[in-house]
Amino acid sequence: MARRVAIVGTGQTDHRSHRPDVNGREMIYEAVKRALDDCELSIHDIDAVVIGNMDHFESINYVDTWSVEGSGAVMKPIMKVTTGGTTGTSVAIAAYYHVASGLFDRVLAIGWEKNSESDTTAAIITCSDPIWDRFSYSGAIPSLATEASAYMKQYGATQEDAARVAVRDRTHALNNPHAHLRRPITVEDVMASPMLAYPIKLLDVCPRTDGAAAVVFAADGVAQKIAPKPAWIRACAVRHTYTWFGDVDYNAGLVSLQGASREAYQQAGIRNPAEDIDVAELYLPYSYAGLKWIEELGFCGPGEGPGFIQDGHTDMGGKIPVNPSGGVISTNCIGATALLRVAEAAGQVMGKASQRQVPDVEVALATGFGGCFWSDMVILGTVRP
Amino acid sequence: MTVNLDQVEPLTLKGQIAVPYTWWVGEVGSKFLIALRDEAKIIGNRCTKCNTTYVPPRKNCGSCFTDIYEFVELGNEGIVSAHTVVRFKYPLQPVESPFAYALIRLDGADVGLVHIIKRDLDRLKNGVRVKAQFKDPSERTGHILDIDSFQII
Repeated sequence: MARRVAIVGTGQTDHRSHRPDVNGREMIYEAVKRALDDCELSIHDIDAVVIGNMDHFESINYVDTWSVEGSGAVMKPIMKVTTGGTTGTSVAIAAYYHVASGLFDRVLAIGWEKNSESDTTAAIITCSDPIWDRFSYSGAIPSLATEASAYMKQYGATQEDAARVAVRDRTHALNNPHAHLRRPITVEDVMASPMLAYPIKLLDVCPRTDGAAAVVFAADGVAQKIAPKPAWIRACAVRHTYTWFGDVDYNAGLVSLQGASREAYQQAGIRNPAEDIDVAELYLPYSYAGLKWIEELGFCGPGEGPGFIQDGHTDMGGKIPVNPSGGVISTNCIGATALLRVAEAAGQVMGKASQRQVPDVEVALATGFGGCFWSDMVILGTVRP
Repeated sequence: MTVNLDQVEPLTLKGQIAVPYTWWVGEVGSKFLIALRDEAKIIGNRCTKCNTTYVPPRKNCGSCFTDIYEFVELGNEGIVSAHTVVRFKYPLQPVESPFAYALIRLDGADVGLVHIIKRDLDRLKNGVRVKAQFKDPSERTGHILDIDSFQII
């Protein structure tokens, strides 16, 4: 039987397009120190570390060993977990598994990226099959452009509908001192930004960011002594569908997220997501995901995403605020991006989200997304499960 | 499955990935490289908690997990604590063989500096004293090989 596990502390860097002042290991150290300070622990209290970044992004492919000076894992168990876009939720879920297993009481999860150090697309295309898909359809944009076009055709959604998602996230980022892009934008700005691949324009997509995040997980009995209000793990789920891009049924939606959310909702006892969940930190790498994927998550019905956004239900003060942090469209240090979703959701549950706090959060949702349409889910809550 | 490779030609797909990188050295590492480039000096730093003097300097002590603030100038001399002589040629080698890779314990440092020795290889053994030979100022770029090599004294 798995032990109950809670998040007791989080830390993140102040995210920027370039961090010339530190190398990757030093940037990791900043996030770890902040996480330890947040829960008033010392590195000597940590029993094990799970760390991840994107393969090929910094040419740091043995990050477990290379990082120890900054991660604090000198002479401790450390393991690298690298799963592309979902790396951040994977390190969180792996840290949860470590503690739930009963083998470790306090485990540190770390995600980081120095996007400024390499050519993102040259690295990212290695996610797809080298013989069949890599020559034509890899990288961040092509499959997302296909998904967005299919959604627009199916439900009559417009580019302006998507632009409202980008405007929401960038507006929320104004409350987050750690966010990378903190300049407000309008729907007109999004519409006027350069077209990348129809219908995706520059301001519809996430930036490339240098940054790191760290989250401390603790076991039942230990967690309550560390944090007055720990964020309990209520559910985790991971789903994959990709082997061939051509097999994806774009009209069926993001099937991995549908499956992961169904599983996680069942674990957490959530029947009506928009009512039962108080805040969501969603891995939305581009604006159209903010229309479609909230349908997969059951926040609204199929095709209702644009209306749900336009009515303000996902704004601060709305029915289910989405991305109070500003989300991925405002900050995207890729190996840390999904862990930031978990950290921000935990901060909401623990009541420590300062200017971006949603009032009275009892249940918070975090998601991770990977480039070939895979999905992770983590549900956190104030109530010990 | 048995495949007779005399009779079939297995299909393969050739590929390579070429990803350009630009690594930020950071403030602490830059102090070291700038001192090499501009002053021909070797800088380390000392953890005041465990008294370890590191070279190259680093932002924090990995063992104590505390920031390091105290920078120290190390001597340009030290002793060889381990080495290997390279006699074959390979494109990624920093210089033409023969040369030696060596771990050098600089005077005042508690850890080794990884570098190369190019001359007098017949006299090279662990424990010999060596001295840093810097490149000419015009050739120094802020790189670990601004120290051209170490020379046996």
